Amino acid sequence: MTLNNFLILSAFLFCTGLYGTLARRNAVLVLMSIELMLNAVNLNLVAFSAFRENVTGQVFSLFIITIAAAEVGVGLAIVLLIYRNSRSVDLDQADQLKG
Amino acid sequence: MLDNAWIIPAIPAVSFFLILFFGKRIPTKGAAIGITALGASFVLSCVAVYQWIDRVESATGGKSSGLAAFGRSLVTHGGETKPVVEPVLHHVTWWSNAGIDFGVGIRMDGLAVMMLFVVTLISLLVHIYSTAYLHNDIRYTHYYAMLSLFSAAMLTLVVADNTLQLMLGWEGVGLCSFALIGHWWEEGANSKAALKAFFTTRTGDIGLLIGVTVLFWAARSFDIGRINAYALSPRADHSMMLVAASCLMLAIIGKSGQFPLHTWLPDAMAGPTPVSALIHAATMVVAGVYLGARLYPVFWNGFSIGNGGVNFMVLIGGITIIIGALLAFVQDDIKKVLAYSTISQLGYMVMALGAGAWVAAVFHLFTHAFFKALLFLGAGSVSHSGSHHSFDMKKDMGGLRKFMPITFWTFIVGTLALAGIFPFAGFWSKDEILVTAGNSGYDFFLIVGLVGAFLTAAYMTRCVYLTFFGEYRGHGHPHESEPVITVPLIILAVFAVLAGFLNAAAFHIEKFASWVEPRVAFPELVHPAFDYPKAAISLSIAAIGIGVAAFFFFKREKLGKLNGLTERNKVAHAGYMFLVNKYYLDALYENVIVASIRGGIARGSYWFNQHVIDGVVNGTGKGTKAVGQWTYEFLDRKVVDGAVNGTAEVTAESGGLLRYFQAGRVQRYALYMFAAVGLLALLLLIANI
Amino acid sequence: MDWFDSWALTLAVFIPLVGMAIVLLIPKAEEGLIKVVTLLTTLVTAAVGIGILANFNLDSGRLQFTANEEWIKVINSRYHVGIDGISLPLILLTMLVTVCCVIYSWNHFPEPHNPKAFLALVLLLETGMIGTFVAQDLILFFIFFELVLLPMFFMIGVWGGPNREYASIKFFLFTMFGSAFMLLSFLAMYFLSKVHTFDIVILSHLHGAGIVHGTQLLVFGGMFLGFAIKVPMFPFHTWLPDAHTEAPTVGSVLLAAVMLKLGTYGFIRIALPMLPSAAQSWAPWIGLLAVIGIIYGALCCLAQRDMKRLIAFSSVAHMGFVMLGIATLTDFGINAAVFGMVAHGLITGMLFFLAGSVQERYGTREISRLGGILTQAPKLGWLLGFSAMASLGLPGLAGFWGEFPAILSTYEPKLPFGLWDGSAGTLATYRTFMVISAIGTVLAAGYLLWMFQRVAMGTPKPEFENAHIHDLHTEEWIAFAPLLLLIVALGIYPQLLFKMTDLPVTQLVNGMTRALGLG
Repeated sequence: MTLNNFLILSAFLFCTGLYGTLARRNAVLVLMSIELMLNAVNLNLVAFSAFRENVTGQVFSLFIITIAAAEVGVGLAIVLLIYRNSRSVDLDQADQLKG
Repeated sequence: MLDNAWIIPAIPAVSFFLILFFGKRIPTKGAAIGITALGASFVLSCVAVYQWIDRVESATGGKSSGLAAFGRSLVTHGGETKPVVEPVLHHVTWWSNAGIDFGVGIRMDGLAVMMLFVVTLISLLVHIYSTAYLHNDIRYTHYYAMLSLFSAAMLTLVVADNTLQLMLGWEGVGLCSFALIGHWWEEGANSKAALKAFFTTRTGDIGLLIGVTVLFWAARSFDIGRINAYALSPRADHSMMLVAASCLMLAIIGKSGQFPLHTWLPDAMAGPTPVSALIHAATMVVAGVYLGARLYPVFWNGFSIGNGGVNFMVLIGGITIIIGALLAFVQDDIKKVLAYSTISQLGYMVMALGAGAWVAAVFHLFTHAFFKALLFLGAGSVSHSGSHHSFDMKKDMGGLRKFMPITFWTFIVGTLALAGIFPFAGFWSKDEILVTAGNSGYDFFLIVGLVGAFLTAAYMTRCVYLTFFGEYRGHGHPHESEPVITVPLIILAVFAVLAGFLNAAAFHIEKFASWVEPRVAFPELVHPAFDYPKAAISLSIAAIGIGVAAFFFFKREKLGKLNGLTERNKVAHAGYMFLVNKYYLDALYENVIVASIRGGIARGSYWFNQHVIDGVVNGTGKGTKAVGQWTYEFLDRKVVDGAVNGTAEVTAESGGLLRYFQAGRVQRYALYMFAAVGLLALLLLIANI
Repeated sequence: MDWFDSWALTLAVFIPLVGMAIVLLIPKAEEGLIKVVTLLTTLVTAAVGIGILANFNLDSGRLQFTANEEWIKVINSRYHVGIDGISLPLILLTMLVTVCCVIYSWNHFPEPHNPKAFLALVLLLETGMIGTFVAQDLILFFIFFELVLLPMFFMIGVWGGPNREYASIKFFLFTMFGSAFMLLSFLAMYFLSKVHTFDIVILSHLHGAGIVHGTQLLVFGGMFLGFAIKVPMFPFHTWLPDAHTEAPTVGSVLLAAVMLKLGTYGFIRIALPMLPSAAQSWAPWIGLLAVIGIIYGALCCLAQRDMKRLIAFSSVAHMGFVMLGIATLTDFGINAAVFGMVAHGLITGMLFFLAGSVQERYGTREISRLGGILTQAPKLGWLLGFSAMASLGLPGLAGFWGEFPAILSTYEPKLPFGLWDGSAGTLATYRTFMVISAIGTVLAAGYLLWMFQRVAMGTPKPEFENAHIHDLHTEEWIAFAPLLLLIVALGIYPQLLFKMTDLPVTQLVNGMTRALGLG
């Protein structure tokens, strides 16, 4: 198992997450995709940390996990409120801030 | 008194103030103060005369002095030697400037004491006369105050030792003349006459102002003695003297009613008759002649009088004689006849001065004062008691000799004196003028003088006839006037008879000349002896004049065709109208000159002021406002504000453009973000490779 | 009396200001108290003036009662005050006329009433006027010179006639326009002189040293503009008739009696000694404008229908004589000018008072509607006649001595009395001026007596025939009396004034002569 394998996997996961964030209409799916991106980054960081004998990456990934958790909590709360107000979680319809 | 002669003008000045402030409250309403003051001045003047004569006689070598010498001097011959008799001078600093002191003072010599005598006497008589004439007048006190002020001013002028003081007196009498002519100013005509008088004399006063200035710079002094000495000295600048003499001549023309500024005198008759007697016959109008006599060396030099030949002075005098006399013929108002007569006689005096006949001129001034004042006061008496306050001879007089004998006879005396009939005063003085003129080479003017004598005799006869002969045409109850009026008439008549003898050349009496003619700073004048042929000629011409006029009036029916000539014959009528309209001079002065100055020129200046000058000012204001308007509307609002607004516009527009990026969809934003990151990463990658 | 020597002028200038402050504190309703306070203030100021007169040394031509303190250090301007025989009569005139004005308006304030504001402005005006005459520092002079504009502006603008807004603004802006150039000239004097100072005494002694002739001409021109507008000289005079006609009586009196003198005084005090060679070049032109003013003013007078406007134009004519006297640059001429200033102040002040009295009684100043004042109010008519005679320059009254020495000097403006070397052209020019100004005296007689004849003589017009016209009341008599007495006294004994002015004027002319290298 080389580093590249992990990096490719991380990239693959990241791209999948990116696709989900940008192209999906369901807000929950977007949040899940963001989680996916964050975890991909985590994987990346841990892989580098393992293969480079440097603990910084793992520490950094702990931070990311915490922040991801907080962010998902807030994000889901917002999605819940959006659902309560407009009975839908379709992001294409949430364009009231249009200029 | 010669040393303290300043008291003589001071007394009437004090009485002026007293009458002004207290006159209304005292019983005689101020007349008593005036009469007392003038009486005192007269007495003091007599003392001065006596002292001066004494001075002259003792200088001439008279053995005793005092009254005896005075008496003897009246009968002895005038001395052939002419010792220098200095005038008495006193001087007080009045103001100083640039280190030069100017003063007031007195210059007492024969001329001055003579004038003092004349002025105070006639003023006193007029004061007394006026108590009856102006009885119950609306402005009695004011009148007496002005009479006092006038006397003070005239006396100041007479004793003046410098031209500045003379000017003070000169203008002062002008002011009083204004006030007294316009005494009954409720009538517009009277106030207009007063204005006309002041105005015309003021025009002449330009000459006085400039003349005094020129003389000051020439002689570096205002002192009359010094000026005269300078004028006769070899270093005198002749052209300057000519300028000065011409300017002073202008002043004389104005004040002494010479042609062409004579037009104010007849109109001045609007004032009360005593005023006319005092001011416009005897005293103020002769101020010009007095000026000429006082500053004679200036004229002598300036007009080259000693060289014979026509000069400005003699010419004006001659013209005045004739035009005054001619106009006297067509007057219906007795005072106007006398006024024109005064103009004519003043012409004699000026002509005499211009011809080098100084003594004759001054002597004529002396005698004329008496008989002219007499005639005026006589006219006043006629109006007061005879013609019911009218002066129109044709309408309201006639045949008054039966009712007013004293007035009649004194008037006759005055007329004969004026006409120059022997032995009345006028004969001697007028004769002397004619003789001197003839002898000095002014033959033309001798003839003018003779013609004038003829006319004088004629128009006075007309006047006497219309007033005192024929049938009474008036509406009143004529009677003789009260003594307060007739006594002055008698006194003046006595003088009119006797005054001439002071210089009766025929009897070799030349007292007047020896007493009055200056010996200091005075040119050598020619004194011709009495000329019997010329005297006879002038006498006969005067007699012819009386005769012709008398014939015309008394024997009217025998005239036949000559009667009513001026009405039928066009040429005669035109001539008559020319005279009645006073040669259209008044029309020229009033309707052309004054009216254009007051009307067109003044209005033109004011229009210029309001529309041109103020137009510039207002235009500047409007222009500035317009510039301000333009600055605001265009520069500020359009350009500056435009820039400001433009900036805002651009900002807004660009904002409008940028809003298209604001889709409101989160994912779109995320896309932008990732695209940018991707781009940057790519760049970084490329850059680092 | 040393403290008096240094404090007298400061007191004279600022006591009115203090009085004004007190008046402002008094409530508006206490009219009696306001009037008394104002009168007391002016009387105290006049008392200071009399003290100055009593202690004045007539034999010294130098500045007296001087005070010289540091003031505005940054621009090198000091508080320097002092008077000599030229300023003294003007100060006394100011004090006297102000007292007369206060007495005159005692019971007769123009509409709208408000004596508090009115009298406060009068006091402020007095400060400005006296200050100008005593200032010996250019900046100080300028401040006081401008200070007088404000109260007069308000007096005309608030208490004036129907056209007051136009008149007050015109007056203010016109005068200020000239003052702007004057200030430029003052600054030029500071920067260009050999010694950089604003001090009038020092600059006068320098006589323009250090300034090239061409520049001197320009600097003089700036001063000329500022002063000439104030005098007022033709053709800068058009603000005067409007200001005088619309101003209330007291305003007109103060304007005519004193404020016009600020301009001529400026010429004598500042322009002439500081720039003698420029003065000599400018003088014939000033003389020309002066004689034009004499004739032009008289002609415009003849066309007037309003009494006050007529008197206003007569001021133009009179100040023409004053300026002619100054333009001769001679002893006689400048003496005549100062005398003329005082005489004009007294006489024209008197005339304006009388015009105000006439208006108060008849409600109009239109000559065509008036008539027969001598019948209805004889004393008023008599005073009108007296003032008219004084104004036309009758010898024996003050006006004559303002005109005659001026005419005398124009004939021969030569050494040793003046600066000229007697070149033919100059003499001819000035002698022409003399003749023209002599003609001006006739015109003066014309318009004044014509007005007098129409207004005072004759019978009253039907409109006022039965009107109850009361003659002069006590306040008017008290206000007029000092003016009348002085007019007669100065006329009969002009030495009273000439004694004061002769020495400083002689020194001025001598200084200028020396500076020009003549005589």
